[in-house]
Amino acid sequence: MNLLTQLCEAALFSAARPLTVEELATLDPEATLADVRTALDELREHYDFNQHGVELVELAGGYQILTRPVHAAAIERAQFSARAPRLTAAALETLAVIAYRQPVGRAEIEEIRGVSAGGVLRTLQERGLLEVVGRSEALGRPLLYGTTPLFLELLGLRDLTDLPKAEELTIALHPHRPEAQGPDDAEAYVPAES
Amino acid sequence: MTAPNAVPPTIALGAEPGFVVQLEAFSGPLDLLLHLLREEKIEIADIPIARICDQFLKAIHELGLNQAADYLEMASRLVRLKVQLLLPRNLDDDEWEDPRAELVRRLLEYQQIREIAQWMGSAVERRTERLARGYLPPPPDLPPLPLTLDLLGLLQAVDRVIAAIPIPVLHRVVARPLDVEGATRRIEALLEAHGEIGWLDALGPEPTIADLLSILLALLELARRGVLQLRQPAPFAPMVIARESAHPAV
Repeated sequence: MNLLTQLCEAALFSAARPLTVEELATLDPEATLADVRTALDELREHYDFNQHGVELVELAGGYQILTRPVHAAAIERAQFSARAPRLTAAALETLAVIAYRQPVGRAEIEEIRGVSAGGVLRTLQERGLLEVVGRSEALGRPLLYGTTPLFLELLGLRDLTDLPKAEELTIALHPHRPEAQGPDDAEAYVPAES
Repeated sequence: MTAPNAVPPTIALGAEPGFVVQLEAFSGPLDLLLHLLREEKIEIADIPIARICDQFLKAIHELGLNQAADYLEMASRLVRLKVQLLLPRNLDDDEWEDPRAELVRRLLEYQQIREIAQWMGSAVERRTERLARGYLPPPPDLPPLPLTLDLLGLLQAVDRVIAAIPIPVLHRVVARPLDVEGATRRIEALLEAHGEIGWLDALGPEPTIADLLSILLALLELARRGVLQLRQPAPFAPMVIARESAHPAV
């Protein structure tokens, strides 16, 4: 392993979240992004070839060292680590609507799910899975929600394109039908003032 | 989701205790509706509204009123649909639109969201099979270094402050009010040019006490607005004024 690979490994080991290639490149002023990618490839192969208990996983736009799934049960049995609490069906449905329609307002979420969404939205926001990404131009300028990098991390996705595509679903995706919502508030939004 | 009644629901509807449903198990009226349709193996596109409506009303009967609002809304929709379908219509009326169309669209849309939610649930499940390092709380901000101070250091600091004020006039009505706007422009121009400046640079040559105060107020105001950052690398070191860098993209 060359020095940059060692450096990347050390950084990924010490960080509590996935690190991006750009972030890793700051470890060494000489290193280019391509160097870092090569180093990451080397690290991944090293873990795989030598059958390490951990592997390098691409996640939420970055990289993280995670244990291999095969060891999860034993680690949990020994109570070295615990799983995060599960998400409720309501939380998952709300996240599903937002992941596909973001930026999206509360009214549209409630329309699709047929239930009020205030409590779930607040909980998800507190858990850092959602954030307010702007305000709709529609009447009352309602808040628009979007998913966060933590959402990708929780689902183990590299980015939103890892979500199933419309054609992979058994029920075909319906085209947007914005006429019930007045102006197409999926497009017309302005960023929230910071 | 439980429907412990193994008897065909059409018969169960006539029977006394009726349809027992655990409503906590449903995430909303659409979910309950889909469940009823599945129970009866009914195609979404061809819902027997009258029957489903009755079943739906029965099912929500058990529900506490405080939670029932969403379900009641759906119930009223169903009753309305039932009425609409009961009204006679001209058979060769081409304009006639199936009043169930909107409900069908919503059910299909909801079913799709359910499918995605299910996929996401198993994605979370797969992800939890891979453990990251144990949760590390973010490192606390380093406490400021304790002041190691002797009398000489204190006096020197006082000297430096006094030295920055060229004319130590203590009681004089300042004829000109403080020019905070001018000071703000001056600091912004300096930061534009240099990015990072020292406190003495901001002060300029031979500042009056009014200049000093103007600059100080302007600095505090700019720092409050988040335009710049004030740092003091060590106790008594000259203050460093830096432009607030843009938020790093995460």
